[in-house]
Amino acid sequence: MSKLLTDAPAPAKRNTLTKNQLPGWAIWAVAAGSLILGAAVSSLIGFSLVSWALISAVIFVIAGYVVTLSVEGARKAKDRFATNLIFATFIIAVVPLISVIWTVLQNGIAGLSYNLVFTSMNGMTGMVDNETVANGTEVLGGAYHGIIGTLLITMWATIISVPIGLLTAVYLVEYSKGGALSRGITFFVDVMTGIPSIVAGLFAAALFGLIFGPSTRTGFVAAVALSVLMIPVVVRSTEEMLKIVPNELREASYALGVRKWRTVLKVVVPTAISGIASGVTLAIARIIGETAPLLVTAGFVNSINWNVFGGWMTTLPTYIYRQLMNPTSPTNVEPSMQRAWAAALILIIFVMLLNLFARLIARIFAPKTGR
Amino acid sequence: MSKRIDVKDLNVYYGNFRAVEGVNINIDARSVTAFIGPSGCGKSTFLRTLNRMHEVLPGARVEGEVLLDGDNLYGSGVDPVTVRSQIGMVFQRPNPFPTMSIRDNVLAGVKLNNKRMSKSDADALVEKSLTGANLWNEVKDRLAKPGSGLSGGQQQRLCIARAIAVSPQVILMDEPCSALDPISTLAIEDLIEELKTQYTVVIVTHNMQQAARVSDKTAFFNIAGTGKPGKLIEYGDTPTIFSNPTEKATEDYVSGRFG
Repeated sequence: MSKLLTDAPAPAKRNTLTKNQLPGWAIWAVAAGSLILGAAVSSLIGFSLVSWALISAVIFVIAGYVVTLSVEGARKAKDRFATNLIFATFIIAVVPLISVIWTVLQNGIAGLSYNLVFTSMNGMTGMVDNETVANGTEVLGGAYHGIIGTLLITMWATIISVPIGLLTAVYLVEYSKGGALSRGITFFVDVMTGIPSIVAGLFAAALFGLIFGPSTRTGFVAAVALSVLMIPVVVRSTEEMLKIVPNELREASYALGVRKWRTVLKVVVPTAISGIASGVTLAIARIIGETAPLLVTAGFVNSINWNVFGGWMTTLPTYIYRQLMNPTSPTNVEPSMQRAWAAALILIIFVMLLNLFARLIARIFAPKTGR
Repeated sequence: MSKRIDVKDLNVYYGNFRAVEGVNINIDARSVTAFIGPSGCGKSTFLRTLNRMHEVLPGARVEGEVLLDGDNLYGSGVDPVTVRSQIGMVFQRPNPFPTMSIRDNVLAGVKLNNKRMSKSDADALVEKSLTGANLWNEVKDRLAKPGSGLSGGQQQRLCIARAIAVSPQVILMDEPCSALDPISTLAIEDLIEELKTQYTVVIVTHNMQQAARVSDKTAFFNIAGTGKPGKLIEYGDTPTIFSNPTEKATEDYVSGRFG
């Protein structure tokens, strides 16, 4: 008997340190309650998914604060309020992004065919589209010329911008002594960051118009226009990356009797290269979707043009624009819509690949640690 | 391969501010000289003028002469890069190059200057320098690993190996042990003792016991007050400075009554 008594579990003593704490499920209960209440309120003013989500979110943030305040006290309540608010704003920020990707996937995946990727619009007339719709056959014609144009023009813009941007940043960080020149460069780089892209396009068009005669439109003119947009981004990101290279590394190199330019080339830039490379990749992602400057510099064609120095060129954004605004067949717009959505999907895939590539580069070039 | 340094009437400026005033000092070859003094008295600034690292900072300049075996470092037409390749430096915080392996860090002085070197010569130089820095046995099996993976004390010895790999005449050390634990400090102090046989060593330290342990001669720097230039107060044999200094300020400082 006595053994049994001693073995009996002691009455569960409540940990006094957990006093006045909400249990883990409380916040989920609040969330569920907010959703129900949100549904009720939104049905009063006419139910829709958006109003339900928004009203529930507002109720949740407020209810979370009140519930926590009543049990855990003012400090915890403020913490809960700030946490919920940050999550709510994050979700609001992400919703449009997910919505865009979802819409493009939904509308674009049907059009993503061999024809779209590997044929151009050469010879595609309204007659062809009308027949396609009448017979219900596969949509002919594609964005091959646009893909090539985008890749070539972006490549040339990168070839122009990266050396200029990189050297400018090296001058600003390593060589300038804060004089008038460097302050001027910094000011104009800031101004260039805010230039509307159509102005960059007009600049390039006017520049080449002056040199090669009016309405000179080639892929290279477009590349120059895009590099006007790209250079400030490259300068800014490279500058930031070079600035965070510790001064001790420069001094260590100088103390070994290494010249300044070699120090910059072999110590400073390699240390910062992962950041520089991902900055450049993000700058490319920024310009690959430009439309307006391309319309005024590269023009628009339906056939494939591999030569950036001669003839008009199409890129994916201008292709999408033309398919939407001037459908190939004015009476049957569906094939054009399908092509535009599919081209938009390809463009988004390009940008995503570039972002992945930037991360990969950052990882590969990052200074190695380990024993 | 070590040279003596003679400094004559040296003034150091940051812009218009005179940081160090009127230093005269003669540093013997193959000896260890310690600079001691309170923070901000200009001993590190003065040390950096000895291999023209001072002028890397914007607005910094120097008046006076620093003679390396009779050649003025600040003479017109002297290339600071030549000066620095003869007078190496080890910094307060260990600063191995993060993009390079242990081996490449040792060879940095050679590789960054694009000098050609056969693989066998390079291997020999790596082993010699790392052995000289008392680090060879610890890292010989992982020379290809990054230098930043070593411990703080090992990194500092790697930096010393990097400095002696370019075979300088003089090695300057700016508080090389201030970021290290006592065991690593002991390793560095032993190393300084060995380096003395081949190089002229100048060390700045806040640790007076360290100065007493490692140095042959000691220089005491002091500052009259904030905004005033630092001055060399007394310079002499280490035992004399620590037991029987001539200046009152030196005695106050080494006995702990001041600073």
